[in-house]
Amino acid sequence: MTIEQAISLAPAERAIQLIGGDLTEKSLRLHLEGLPGVDAVGLEARAASLGTRSIKTTSKAWALDKIIELIDLTTLEGSDTPGKVQSLVAKAMIPDPSDLSAPRVAAVCVYGDMVPYAVKALGAAGGEAGIHVAAVATAFPSGRASLPVKIADTRDAVSFGADEIDMVIDRGAFLSGRYGLVFDQIVAVKEACRREDGSYAHLKVILETGELTTYDNVRRASWLAILAGGDFIKTSTGKVAPAATLPVTLLMLQVVNDWYRLTGGASGGQRIGVKPAGGIRTSKDAIKYLVAVAETVGEEWLQPHLFRFGASSLLNDVLLQRQKLTSGHYSGPDYVTVD
Amino acid sequence: MTRLTVPKTYKLYIGGKFPRSESGRVYQVTTPKGVFLANAAQASRKDARDAVVAARAASTGWAGATGYNRGQVLYRIAELLEGRRAQFVEELRLSEGVSESAAQRQVDAAIDVWVWYAGWADKYVQVAGNGNPVSGPYFNISTPEATGVVAIIAPQDSSLLGLVSVIAPALVSGNTVVVVASERAPLAAISLSEVLATSDVPGGVINVLTGSPAEIAPWLASHADVNALDLSGAEVLAGDLTWVDLQIAGAETLKRVRAPESGVPVMSVERITFFTETKTVWHTKGII
Repeated sequence: MTIEQAISLAPAERAIQLIGGDLTEKSLRLHLEGLPGVDAVGLEARAASLGTRSIKTTSKAWALDKIIELIDLTTLEGSDTPGKVQSLVAKAMIPDPSDLSAPRVAAVCVYGDMVPYAVKALGAAGGEAGIHVAAVATAFPSGRASLPVKIADTRDAVSFGADEIDMVIDRGAFLSGRYGLVFDQIVAVKEACRREDGSYAHLKVILETGELTTYDNVRRASWLAILAGGDFIKTSTGKVAPAATLPVTLLMLQVVNDWYRLTGGASGGQRIGVKPAGGIRTSKDAIKYLVAVAETVGEEWLQPHLFRFGASSLLNDVLLQRQKLTSGHYSGPDYVTVD
Repeated sequence: MTRLTVPKTYKLYIGGKFPRSESGRVYQVTTPKGVFLANAAQASRKDARDAVVAARAASTGWAGATGYNRGQVLYRIAELLEGRRAQFVEELRLSEGVSESAAQRQVDAAIDVWVWYAGWADKYVQVAGNGNPVSGPYFNISTPEATGVVAIIAPQDSSLLGLVSVIAPALVSGNTVVVVASERAPLAAISLSEVLATSDVPGGVINVLTGSPAEIAPWLASHADVNALDLSGAEVLAGDLTWVDLQIAGAETLKRVRAPESGVPVMSVERITFFTETKTVWHTKGII
């Protein structure tokens, strides 16, 4: 323990604000382990009750378009090719060629080496105001690599033109209680997101909640990621089951809400984004998440820079539902693209 | 002390499960003389949608099975029906108001229809397919293949034999079906579902809805993921709705539509081939 006290952590602005100037592993640990425990039964009951809302047709039409606007259209396979990324981008720009009123998605999410192809395919439709390119980095999905490798991975993606970086935390370190190590890595990766012009790529921190085993850990990891400077906290890589669940997302939204109030609330509070990813395949599920967001942090969070769905097959289901609403007939999978 | 009877809840059969209607509705099934028999689920359009999703999901596996295998599976349904004939006879006698012997004859006929169609599963391709004559060093072969998901309005008067006579031929070639059973006498259809659930038919291959054909059929007819319509039992629908309206709705997505017919459909190979698509391939002959 005496050794631990001596370890100073990277000076992250938010952590210093909250914990104080002498930011050490011990003070961070005291803060994280001092967080109140999560009432698991209450959390799950709350999530279940949010999922029972009845959504009327007009609200549903709005929700479907909103979901599309919030999607990070994702392909993260070992078999990805430039061609696959190109068709993904084409779908991101025009989700439903039979109905051009369908909005564009928020971003495409690819592996780091696919970023140049995504940026090229997007062309003028990309950039800060357009469809973003998100890249997973830091030895995604396991995160099992040394820090220099993770930093190089991140720098690579940023230099290729990624607008957003989805990093994974070192769950092994987190679960064995080395919070300081996880903290320092997030700070280092955040620094690696800095572009030549001094601006930063948005940093999403993937907690991989399926491996954190308890809600208490999810709450701690969320705080840790926010304190270290994450712009977004993301549930999962999509490679581990269970991926995103409604209770976990609700819990992360609560942390985000706590942080917003702590930093000033309506008078200039910091808004952190949340991204549930993996396992959300139907419009019905996605609408439950929208309800959870609106009820927990408020409707102003339902914007692409504050809430995202990480998904690939969700978009097709939303488009089928959308076609049903516009045509009045049930549609089928033959009428959307095969991913 | 007298014992309270425990009446059966008749539910839908979708994707190998027995759900209640999503709408929560039920309707009363009575004998022709008006005596209450049971409450049956009254399927809504969303139940029809769920059934089509289940049928689509089961389509690849069922169509991909060999004809021989499908024949075995269908034949086993007949075996199981034979073992539960007493229950079917009773249900037909009550719900259709026919005599015991007429009900028995109907069950016998229904079992025979299953067996007849089961036998065709590994034979109809040889009859309907062809090696086409060509003037070149290659083979040119046409084979019938399943068209996909078939939505069926079952005959409304013959609640077991009529039902079997329309679903069996559609299944033979590897189609999956969503069938709307006889509205007035749906009991035998649901009991048949129980036979199907315990047979080797994969869940989703046959989906049985009970309720109003006039309410459900338009949704199935316009559903983009349904490939064919068998309107055998749609001779009389409610109000202004006729089967032609359904045919028009089906035309929007180029469905095969089979017109209504009165009485019990007769067994025929044509019923099997009606719900197939012809695939023609060519292959080079070896140069000797």
